[in-house]
Amino acid sequence: MFGPLTVKPSESKGDKTGSWRTLVRPNYLHKDCIACRMCLMICPEGCVKGKEKNAFSVDYTFCKGCGVCADICPKKDIEMVPEEPKEGDR
Amino acid sequence: MKEFVEGSHAIAEIVKACQPGVISAYPITPQTHIVEDLAQMVSNGELKSQFVNVESEHSAASVVLGGSATGVRVYTATSSQGLFYMQEVVFNIAGMRLPVVMTCANRAVSAPINIWNDQQDSISLRDAGWVQIYAEDNQEAVDFHLIAYRLAEDKRVMLPVMVCMDGFILTHGMETIDMPEQEKVNKFLPVYKPLYKLDTAEPMSMGLLADPDYYMEARFAIQETMKESVGYLSEISSEFKAVFGRDYKDLLVEEYHTQDADKVIVAMGSVCGTIKEVVDEQRAKGKKVGLLRIISYRPFPYARIYEALKDVPRVAVLDKAVSLGAYAPIAVEIKAAFYGKKKGPKVISSFVAGLGGRDITLESVHEVLRRLTAKEINSDFIDLKPELLKEEYGK
Repeated sequence: MFGPLTVKPSESKGDKTGSWRTLVRPNYLHKDCIACRMCLMICPEGCVKGKEKNAFSVDYTFCKGCGVCADICPKKDIEMVPEEPKEGDR
Repeated sequence: MKEFVEGSHAIAEIVKACQPGVISAYPITPQTHIVEDLAQMVSNGELKSQFVNVESEHSAASVVLGGSATGVRVYTATSSQGLFYMQEVVFNIAGMRLPVVMTCANRAVSAPINIWNDQQDSISLRDAGWVQIYAEDNQEAVDFHLIAYRLAEDKRVMLPVMVCMDGFILTHGMETIDMPEQEKVNKFLPVYKPLYKLDTAEPMSMGLLADPDYYMEARFAIQETMKESVGYLSEISSEFKAVFGRDYKDLLVEEYHTQDADKVIVAMGSVCGTIKEVVDEQRAKGKKVGLLRIISYRPFPYARIYEALKDVPRVAVLDKAVSLGAYAPIAVEIKAAFYGKKKGPKVISSFVAGLGGRDITLESVHEVLRRLTAKEINSDFIDLKPELLKEEYGK
């Protein structure tokens, strides 16, 4: 019998790492973006998408809230904001 | 062809016959002769294989993991501290379901440092997900390597196998071996065709993160495969018999005069040769004594052991290892096999002997039989020297 064993490219999408996010999430302001793509390149989960200026976005299903995109953004166009309270949170 | 050879050399010969594509090992007594011989065979061009020299056992295990992941047959060997240094990779190899075969030349573990034989090293790694089979003599050790590759590479199994042979007693012992001919080896052990492998043309990853949604199933699958392997061992054993003529029955246990016995000793490895001699001697005197030899320690053949011992009144389990602070390792399993069952021995007593290479003599086995009375005892040390236990500190 075999369980989860080998992974073909993009199969690990089943690991929904967004559930690890606890306190903060990145908020893309879409004001001063120059489309340098540094947020996309540095994201350890590869969950940033976008091509044009002010059109980048994050897939929160996988974003772990590490904040490196906000840190590297040369235009300070990404800010880390408190996680929106989920249903059932106190 | 029959050859009179050292155990280690015989192992090197059979590994050569299995044609592994990658061999990696780091020398440690008493495993050294095996890999020395293999290194020589590779350098002489007798064996076309990559022998990767490494700086440690951790690296040796990592090299064979990587080699196996690329889809070739691999081999490594180690002992004692070397096996422990490999430990995290040993678990990884099983978790990635790679059919690595390793020889463990069983040796005691430090401290105090001791190079002689007991079975503490491999027994301590019993939970790693490796199949562990223990040889009684060098013929078995040789044959078990063929069986190990067959089982490991079986598409239903894909688990690593450790062939355990007692250090020095077997590895450095000279014995006449019926060495399997290459032609028959090729017939019994076909070229390895991996189910999955690292390949740039078809990329994939192994051993990646499995979060709580995935991890348990990966472990459960190994557990189930281990249980199924009990049957596969028997299957492969009968195929082995068909090709080579030697019969290891179900490859789980060997029953030696257990049928009508009043007292049975349960043991594993080379010590069983000594115990058989005592059994013969006792039987000649009309005493109903027997031996149950465990061949497969992982998977542990509970059902088979239940059948073999259910009508035996007294059982002595002889361990060449300890689980410090608990009952001895094999004894625990034997007792568990009978818990809650209607039939079973009235007494299952447990003995520890031969640690760090102390000889288990005929007299030691007689002592076990003498101490196997109506009163159950646990982890009773045989041949202990009380005079060595008088050191005092802190005064």
